Amino acid sequence: MRGANQVPLPLAGGVRGGASRVSPTARASHALPRPLPRAGGEVLAALLLCISPAFAQPVTPPARYANVQLADPAKEASARALMETLRCLVCQGQSIADSDADMAADMRALVRERIERGEKPASIRDWLIARYGDYVTYDPPLSGLTWPLWLAPILLLGSGGWIARSSFRRRTR
Amino acid sequence: MKRFALWAPLAIFALLFAVVASGLFRPAEKVVRSAMVGKPLPDFALPAMVPGKPGLTSASFRQGRPRLLNVFASWCIPCIAEAPQLMRLKAMGVPIDAIAIRDTAPAIGGFLRRNGDPYERIGSDRASQVQLALGSSGVPETFVIDGRGIVVKQIIGDIRPENVADIVQAVKDAR
Repeated sequence: MRGANQVPLPLAGGVRGGASRVSPTARASHALPRPLPRAGGEVLAALLLCISPAFAQPVTPPARYANVQLADPAKEASARALMETLRCLVCQGQSIADSDADMAADMRALVRERIERGEKPASIRDWLIARYGDYVTYDPPLSGLTWPLWLAPILLLGSGGWIARSSFRRRTR
Repeated sequence: MKRFALWAPLAIFALLFAVVASGLFRPAEKVVRSAMVGKPLPDFALPAMVPGKPGLTSASFRQGRPRLLNVFASWCIPCIAEAPQLMRLKAMGVPIDAIAIRDTAPAIGGFLRRNGDPYERIGSDRASQVQLALGSSGVPETFVIDGRGIVVKQIIGDIRPENVADIVQAVKDAR
């Protein structure tokens, strides 16, 4: 977002970039431009110019640590490990370590600055969860909703072992 | 029983296929809501964005009167779309402050000249750090803050004409 900060490009119809603030289903009609005045070509051309994607980028450069590693390799490694477990809020399938979105850059800067100051990765993660909910991390905490994630593998392993045991037994019999 | 064992794998596969296919045809377009709703506004102090208009601190939201906090940017197109609604809210007596995300004074100055200026204060958030502290995941977003500095509502995306009444009501309820 800035990707999100991103902007649905109205003329592109149902844009579905991660950034689109307007859900194409719920608000598709709003995503379309109001009827254009009949002034014709120049108005449309001017509109198209304004709506170039470059216009939807922040006008200031990213913070220093968005794309610069920390000087201390150990700190950089722990920042990097944390960034890989944090979801980019704009391109929601990517981690902030992978994403080129401007908001991901801001989040990387936040992570690196706090690690540099000596903050523990777990506390940075908790800080972000307090703001964005569990959705922001790919390593969700154990809760009423997420316990199947931990329990299912154990159950599947157990049932696999049981099936294997019974089929081996049949063979030796 | 044997029959069941024979068909079970196919049934499980069909179920899995249905789950995956439904995800494929109806991709999750998820709006990330702030988890700060219901909690106090985080402490911040942002410098002024444009000359002649004060910057923004969290303390100004604890003065007994509900206010709107608009997160916007000059480079954000939906922010232009919501400007008339913000002007209407201002005309209805709703106080509005703003945080400008990664912006410059000339760009914001131009934006306010073109789209109107509904803001009492504008803080400059050069590295989006206050935006992250608010749990905001893009621009524009608007927060309703009650008189004690508690976040009571978050509006994601541009404010549409049909949202104005809801916002006025939320501000009234926050009193």
